[in-house]
Amino acid sequence: MHIQIDEIAKDFGTTTALHPVSLPIPSGALVALLGPSGSGKTTLLRILGGLEFPTSGRVLFNSQDATGMSVQDRRAGFVFQSYALFRHMTVFENIAYGLRARPRATRPNKAEIDRRVLKLLDLIQLPQIADRYPTQLSGGQRQRVALARALAIEPRMLLLDEPFGALDAKVRKELRQGLRDIHDETGLTSVFVTHDQDEAMALADLVVVMSMGRIEQIGKPADIRAKPATEFVRDFIGV
Amino acid sequence: MGSLASRDAQSAIRLTLLITAIAVPMNAVFGIAAAWFITKFDFRGKAFLITLIDLPFSISPVVAGLCIVLLFGANSALGDWLVASGYPIVFAVPGIVLATVFVTFPFVARDLIPVMIEQGRAEEEAALTLGATGWRTFRTVTLPNIRWALLYGTLLCTARAMGEFGAVAVVSGKIRGQTATMPITIEMFYNEYLSVAAFSMAATLTGLALLTLMLKTALELRHADALSATRRH
Repeated sequence: MHIQIDEIAKDFGTTTALHPVSLPIPSGALVALLGPSGSGKTTLLRILGGLEFPTSGRVLFNSQDATGMSVQDRRAGFVFQSYALFRHMTVFENIAYGLRARPRATRPNKAEIDRRVLKLLDLIQLPQIADRYPTQLSGGQRQRVALARALAIEPRMLLLDEPFGALDAKVRKELRQGLRDIHDETGLTSVFVTHDQDEAMALADLVVVMSMGRIEQIGKPADIRAKPATEFVRDFIGV
Repeated sequence: MGSLASRDAQSAIRLTLLITAIAVPMNAVFGIAAAWFITKFDFRGKAFLITLIDLPFSISPVVAGLCIVLLFGANSALGDWLVASGYPIVFAVPGIVLATVFVTFPFVARDLIPVMIEQGRAEEEAALTLGATGWRTFRTVTLPNIRWALLYGTLLCTARAMGEFGAVAVVSGKIRGQTATMPITIEMFYNEYLSVAAFSMAATLTGLALLTLMLKTALELRHADALSATRRH
């Protein structure tokens, strides 16, 4: 799905989280929002997911205005920073949650839910953990379960908030490739937030460098490295 | 134990159980609502609302009782009208319920707020992004996560509701066989030198309190697995 961010601004009381920013996200792209904390990248992601609403500006999904669309109607697969798995539910129930939450008319039957959850567990290469609770999983496993839970609703886009932030360096590298593979397999338009320029450069098709609520540069990793647009970008990516 | 069989004693036990059965569910609902608003939303006047919840802890129950008399007593226009329409509040069951609800209000909310702050909003937000409605999110995510704090708060609230003396003493008018609750009946027996009756009633009240504690322990034992799985997170 093609996403168009059109002059989006966001204030929290007297502080400005986002100055008007515009950004086209081509269908099927894997985009990184890169910047230090306080740059507004998470706010922008949450606006896309419908968890925050902009003070001004518009969001377009496939050229249709989606600015006021409710979080439920957006069908955005959202992976939270600390994964936010439902701690009182097993892995199976976590992944099945979105399917069971559907209105009766579109809810798949029990056998179909079973089939889909098991397929997703295969996709994240953790077929044997269905009956465990989130506390019994490693950090890397939790992240993959969160990804499977988000994919279960057949999302129109995938939004990930620091998906590798809570992991150690070794696991991080492995899961990077995992996310890339899942993105390529599903073809979903995906946006992830990171403060790690290495990660953004290695993983994304398109990198959006942000600072102080503004977009500093949009470009392919190689272009940004070759031609940093501002002093800030040069500094931040360390070339 | 023969003294417990008297009509006044029986009526006191029934009244106390009735008041508790009304006040505790009300405060459970109010407590959940207050804790939910305070922890899941940002709004102006939040600090004021938290102070308001603590008010019953800082105000003497007798003063709270007097305030209810002032507001709904026969000397006020509202009280006058209520009595005239056949719904007296003061010196009747509704007044006792009101006093009990006020005094025991903080227990549930106070137990829930720290738990809900610690858990944050991420799980609820996750449920919403997965397509769940607000009500479904509350039922399937929020409520299971706070159930132990809720149980604990409710039991404390129950124990306190059964034992409330000060506010109820003022509001009830201590009408024997009608508005005298267990604690008030204990005091009346004691003042009349009916020591055996007073102590049997006191033992019964203590027994009810112990019963709620046993209920809590039993529930904890039964759900020990789920409890340890969620606590370690």
